[in-house]
Amino acid sequence: MSVQASSAMVDNPWLAQSVEVATVTPELPGVATYHLRFRDAGLNERYRFRPGQFNMLYLPGVGEIAISLSAANEMSGTWDHTIRVAGNVTRTLAGLGVGGELALRGPYGTSWPLDECTGADVILVAGGIGLAPLRPAIHACFTQRKRFGRTTLLYGARSPDMLLYRRDYDVWADRGLNVSATVDRFQPGWSGDVGVVPLLVDRLRPLTPANSVMFLCGPEVMMRYTVRSALERGLRRDQIWVSLERNMQCAVGLCGHCQLGPAFVCKDGPVFRYDKIERYLNVEGL
Amino acid sequence: MKAVARPRNSPQSETLLLAKQDFQAFLDQLWQGGYRVVGPTIAQQAIVYDEIRRVEDLPRGWTDEQSGGQYRLTRRDDEAWFGFVVGPHSPKRYFFPPQVAVTQADRTSNGWQFSEVPDQEPPYALLGVRACELAAIAVQDRTFINEQYVDPIYRRRRERALIVAVNCTQAASTCFCTSMNTGPRCTQGFDLALTELPDSFTVEVGSERGADVLSSLPVTRAAPGSLLAAEAARQQAVDQITKGLDTKDIRDLLLSNLEHPRWDEVATRCLSCTNCTMVCPTCFCSSVKEVSDLTGDHVQREREWDTCFNWDFSYMNGGIVRNQIRSRYRQWLTHKLASWIDQFGVSGCVGCGRCITWCPVAIDLTEEVAAIRENPA
Ligand SMILES: Cc1cc2nc3c(=O)[nH]c(=O)nc-3n(C[C@H](O)[C@H](O)[C@H](O)COP(=O)(O)OP(=O)(O)OC[C@H]3O[C@@H](n4cnc5c(N)ncnc54)[C@H](O)[C@@H]3O)c2cc1C
Ligand code: SF4
Ligand code: SF4
Repeated sequence: MSVQASSAMVDNPWLAQSVEVATVTPELPGVATYHLRFRDAGLNERYRFRPGQFNMLYLPGVGEIAISLSAANEMSGTWDHTIRVAGNVTRTLAGLGVGGELALRGPYGTSWPLDECTGADVILVAGGIGLAPLRPAIHACFTQRKRFGRTTLLYGARSPDMLLYRRDYDVWADRGLNVSATVDRFQPGWSGDVGVVPLLVDRLRPLTPANSVMFLCGPEVMMRYTVRSALERGLRRDQIWVSLERNMQCAVGLCGHCQLGPAFVCKDGPVFRYDKIERYLNVEGL
Repeated sequence: MKAVARPRNSPQSETLLLAKQDFQAFLDQLWQGGYRVVGPTIAQQAIVYDEIRRVEDLPRGWTDEQSGGQYRLTRRDDEAWFGFVVGPHSPKRYFFPPQVAVTQADRTSNGWQFSEVPDQEPPYALLGVRACELAAIAVQDRTFINEQYVDPIYRRRRERALIVAVNCTQAASTCFCTSMNTGPRCTQGFDLALTELPDSFTVEVGSERGADVLSSLPVTRAAPGSLLAAEAARQQAVDQITKGLDTKDIRDLLLSNLEHPRWDEVATRCLSCTNCTMVCPTCFCSSVKEVSDLTGDHVQREREWDTCFNWDFSYMNGGIVRNQIRSRYRQWLTHKLASWIDQFGVSGCVGCGRCITWCPVAIDLTEEVAAIRENPA
């Protein structure tokens, strides 16, 4: 599964490959999914990644950013990235449009440990754009349905109009995923929960803690409180995985920016088993 | 790939002697052999690394006086060529250059083309490398060559280089290589290792490459008298070392004291000026920036040294992780002396003392560790 995209990517970790924007799916205000295709058809065929991994996307003259893969899109033969406009690079990327050119290197980092979770109930917990790196794990739950027990998504966003991939929730539910969403701010027409994500964990029924695993991605404070709720519900620290974010210039453990204690978030993460990173994650300003 | 980190010497047991009057011929031989020779020379009132073409380029008759926050060149009362300790530069700048293009992009009729930037540097002959610097090179080999991803620029330059070490015959008040087991004697990782005597150098050969360079020079077998004199000269450096760092369980000590009040205290003194990281021979952090030509059709990605003391080093859209000097000093010290061990299996500190000398407010990492050790949480 960990096949590298091409030998060029292995030999010179700095060198990116040319890709183009095949289509763009608008998602939310300031958020869109970019369906990227390698210009080298052979490479597009060979490319593989594991759910939770990320790529470095490069716009010449503008900069390079870390973005998670949000899907392997078999229908369109593209590699999908869901991106929120945050600053310089993401804004320029949003202006490229269909046919726009950029470069990609990757995939990098660790992945959600689906292989180790056979037979477990899988609880996916996301906040905001943090749902993007979990989406390939959701897809894996569908394609390997028999492998896992009960699968659940607990998702929180600021308001109902900021719920990512909302069009898919019914489809996901039909395919066996229990979807619960909550929002911080009520808007007319919303009949779901109001409140923060950890509340969904507090209320989750049924729950068999001993047989569950939790994959978490969102802002660090949200993850901290969610973990606290999960521990209160009886999960152990080694049943929880979190995906972290840090400044990354190289993504290959050479630039030093992403360090969190002994960990290089780019290659030892971004997905960490909670008990292995907790000690450092909970130190303010480390 | 792993070969480089391994000591390259298959030491030739016999120690040789090279007369100082033949040293110019040695330099000429290196240049003619295609090497770019770099070594110690005087510039801007310090001994720095630069090209060495003639023996006159060496800091003959000069020495450096170093202490916390102090560096001064003074005349020696002899004409020793390598009679100093270490300056603000280290060999790091040649294998991991302060600024270098890593990739480039060209706009063509067929869209952007992305490619490597061929590294044109001729092989280096590094002259005057100290034992602590040999150790620092071995530390950086682990970062840039021995991990999952290899830095191609570092590897190419490293593998082609010839290393001519020169043993220390004196030490500064800032040196603590004996605590870090890195010196002062050069024991591995060199092609040639010299010890300076008044009229000659004893030469230990550490590799085939080193032996080849000597083959056409009038070297002789060192007589017992020269060997004894060289031993005595080296012993002076050992005897002069006063500083120490207690490294016992240092990783656990620091990582279990991440909230120690000493971090607040040192933060009131540290200016976050970045000097310590710029002079450190093992620090490897960098940032990449875009450099376009006027048309915007040719863009290079340039990698520059960066440091955890820069306020935006940990920038993420939405906040800076290490917003306080306390966080940044803690990162530097705990990385160097503790988490480096998790990452690369060795300490990130080789005891060269540069960060002590070049700190404008004389912060001394050995004292910071001692303060935490005295009063652990
Ligand atoms: C492993 C990983 C996965 C990510 N996945 C996604 C994703 O799927 N979708 C998404 O929208 N965002 C994702 N991000 C965040 C994304 O990288 C930043 O939003 C982006 O770098 C902002 O760049 P900018 O130039 O637009 O913003 P600016 O604020 O102008 O940033 C300037 C530069 O700082 C660095 N930088 C800024 N913010 C971050 C950050 N949060 N993380 C790392 N470097 C940063 C980048 O080099 C960036 O070019 C991910 C980050 C990481 C580390
Ligand atoms: S931390 Fe200081 S003493 Fe240690 S190697 Fe770096 S500069 Fe030298
Ligand atoms: S410790 Fe000294 S040299 Fe290092 S950043 Fe602080 S003031 Fe500058």
